[in-house]
Amino acid sequence: MNDVIAALVAPFDAAEVVERSYASSATTYHMIAIPVEEWVLFAQAAKENGFDTFIDLFAADHFSEAPRFEVTLILLSMTAKERIVVTTRVPYDDPSVPTLTNVFQGANFYEREAYDMFGIDFPGHPDLTRILLPDDWVGHPLRKDYDIGAVPVQFKAGSADL
Amino acid sequence: MAGVSSEPGFLLTTIEKGANWARTRSMWPATFGLACCAIEMMGTGAAHNDLARFGMEVFRASPRQADLMIVAGRVSQKMAPVLRQVYDQMAEPKWVLSMGACASTGGMFNNYALVQGVDAVVPVDIYIPGCPPGPQSLMHGILSLHEKIMSGEIQRSTGLV
Amino acid sequence: MSDATERAESVEEKRRAQHEIWVSGTEERMPFAASTNEGSQEMLPRDQDPALDIQRGIAVDDDFVTPERVVSAERQIINMGPQHPSTHGVLRLQMELDGETVTRVKPIIGYLHTGMEKTAETLSYAQGPTNVTRMDYLSPFANELTFSLTVEQLLGIDVPPRADAIRVLMTELNRVASHLLSSATMGMDVGAISMMIYGWREREICLDFFEKVTGLRMNHNYIRPGGVAAELPDGWEDDVTNLIKVVNAGVDEYEELLNGNPIFLDRTLGVGVLTPEEIKQFGITGPVARASGVDWDLRKAHPYCGIERYTFDVPLGKHGDVFDRYKVRIDEIRESLRIAEQVIVTIPSGDYRTTDPKVTPPPRARIGESMEALIHHFKLFTEGVNVPAGTAYQAVEGPRGELGCYIISKGGARPWRMRWRAPSFAVVQALPVMMTDSLIADVIATLASTDPVLGDVDR
Ligand code: SF4
Repeated sequence: MNDVIAALVAPFDAAEVVERSYASSATTYHMIAIPVEEWVLFAQAAKENGFDTFIDLFAADHFSEAPRFEVTLILLSMTAKERIVVTTRVPYDDPSVPTLTNVFQGANFYEREAYDMFGIDFPGHPDLTRILLPDDWVGHPLRKDYDIGAVPVQFKAGSADL
Repeated sequence: MAGVSSEPGFLLTTIEKGANWARTRSMWPATFGLACCAIEMMGTGAAHNDLARFGMEVFRASPRQADLMIVAGRVSQKMAPVLRQVYDQMAEPKWVLSMGACASTGGMFNNYALVQGVDAVVPVDIYIPGCPPGPQSLMHGILSLHEKIMSGEIQRSTGLV
Repeated sequence: MSDATERAESVEEKRRAQHEIWVSGTEERMPFAASTNEGSQEMLPRDQDPALDIQRGIAVDDDFVTPERVVSAERQIINMGPQHPSTHGVLRLQMELDGETVTRVKPIIGYLHTGMEKTAETLSYAQGPTNVTRMDYLSPFANELTFSLTVEQLLGIDVPPRADAIRVLMTELNRVASHLLSSATMGMDVGAISMMIYGWREREICLDFFEKVTGLRMNHNYIRPGGVAAELPDGWEDDVTNLIKVVNAGVDEYEELLNGNPIFLDRTLGVGVLTPEEIKQFGITGPVARASGVDWDLRKAHPYCGIERYTFDVPLGKHGDVFDRYKVRIDEIRESLRIAEQVIVTIPSGDYRTTDPKVTPPPRARIGESMEALIHHFKLFTEGVNVPAGTAYQAVEGPRGELGCYIISKGGARPWRMRWRAPSFAVVQALPVMMTDSLIADVIATLASTDPVLGDVDR
């Protein structure tokens, strides 16, 4: 862990940091797990510490592991040439993560996508509607309990699990 | 029509042939590029492959002015209604060419998001295999369509009769 | 919960009450393919639009804040796309106009949503590149490289130096092809039709080379975890040398054609400006960011595949307008060709893929001799590559910016979740900021200059 990351996580006791190195490269990035209560605070602190480039925000479904959903935020510091991958977990019965649109405007579409695909709620988001699928779609397709929706094809003998 | 002419057979075939010839020689495609296949479709229209040889270089932006819809690429559930809308707007006679594995069958993406074959939405005259079909395949498809129209295998009314 | 969410939910409920539509797992086709309702996602009335500030960039703290405009009688809402010849792919833009001035823009995406992230969960790691290469179909090699590097990071394997060099060569030539297409379509969109013809002419030479190497003009599935699929064909040096010569000459020609052309300058200078602050807020990378003067290139910052061994410059713009984006792309073509030139001279000999048994089957001859080799071969091809549990993120500098892949593996031959970080997605989100308060004619130029690929946006 280098100075930039150390300074960033110092106020957050609950943060767990893992350093990973890229393939085919001498450089590294950091994965940081934090509780959902500190989500916005952490993003703000990161922004003040130079991680001011918003790269990505998305969700994942761990299905059988509790808490079930994981939301990940990727930020970049162009000055320190560092990347952080911040994750937090939320349970199935309350899949809500506070919105980051007030910290990074770019989070807007990404949160809509996470809502569309996983049904994660982002309280405070200005316009949390479906983005990729039609408005009247039912269900959230990237959840593990949503079927892939394959139609049977002759040469595959109609197996839906491919 | 049969009651109009005393020799329907002779007159009809000649006009049909003439009409078919005119139709195949300036068959203007509507731009319906969707995904990777659309890039190959554009490539076919560009200098190297030169679709102008077949009188088809005029890709029309407005479906009202187009005769042929080349569905190039994967059709998602969200796009399907749009596709139908564009098709409905085209004036008769009209033809549809389904370009690539995705448009024809859903291709490698057998999942919730894609329409598994555009023939569920619009009637298709020619299917072109490939992922993506190269310009040569597309031209072969187009020429096959021309042939079929000329030989009367595919017939379309003008919508007036 | 906002009004918009409530509205969406009530729509959803109404639909559900009307008829039971397609429950997951059933094998019926979606019923709405027959109707022409594509879901509303409309523009809300102005006073109810909660995303207005964010859309117009007012929430950004810089000097691009524009005061709220009085709604005049000339106000109208027009809809561009999803099937419009000048939108790049199936992007739909809803625009509120006041006369000729754009006052609000709402990009609506999803018309090419292919469910690739879901499909990726059903494909093995060996099949993965086939899937990802079709996402951003103008930079297939970059996609494959991103995926392969992520899998290699999970596996903890390295590829031989020759494979690295081949990867660099192919991705850089891919950047050339992609930028050629981008310049060509941009020329067409601002009215220089000849630019379209010229751009495709040169791109065709790149595609011929790709076809010779991989067997396909697009969607190559050539770079795979563990290396590349095949050795470069005989005489590839001559092909690349010829390509470099032709494309360089072509690029000079474009610059002659466009750089001093008063119409082109009028349409591009000072149009669609993005500030560095906005670039960072929206996560825009690649040529669009560099045109705004943001000095960020992953090839320099987090070099991969030994790209640090080659000398090249990162062209930067000053103004962040349409012209700078065009110019940065043109210069990047030259830099990429420079890298390709160096690859021809310095390419090391050796294997084109790793010999690590985790991903590579034993050589054909060994299968006849040894039982273990046969079992190994059989397992690799029936089960697939087994990747240990873990998560990994890896990004490369694609032609449109940071292409990232995030894989969660729970062990086994298939990823548990694959996330694709698409550079075009970020750019499309920032379109309102670029277009608001510009003229409607500039919308096309702005859109063309950001070069979004909708396959990348919607995945
Ligand atoms: S058939 Fe292949 S090339 Fe064509 S749209 Fe589908 S994936 Fe792309």
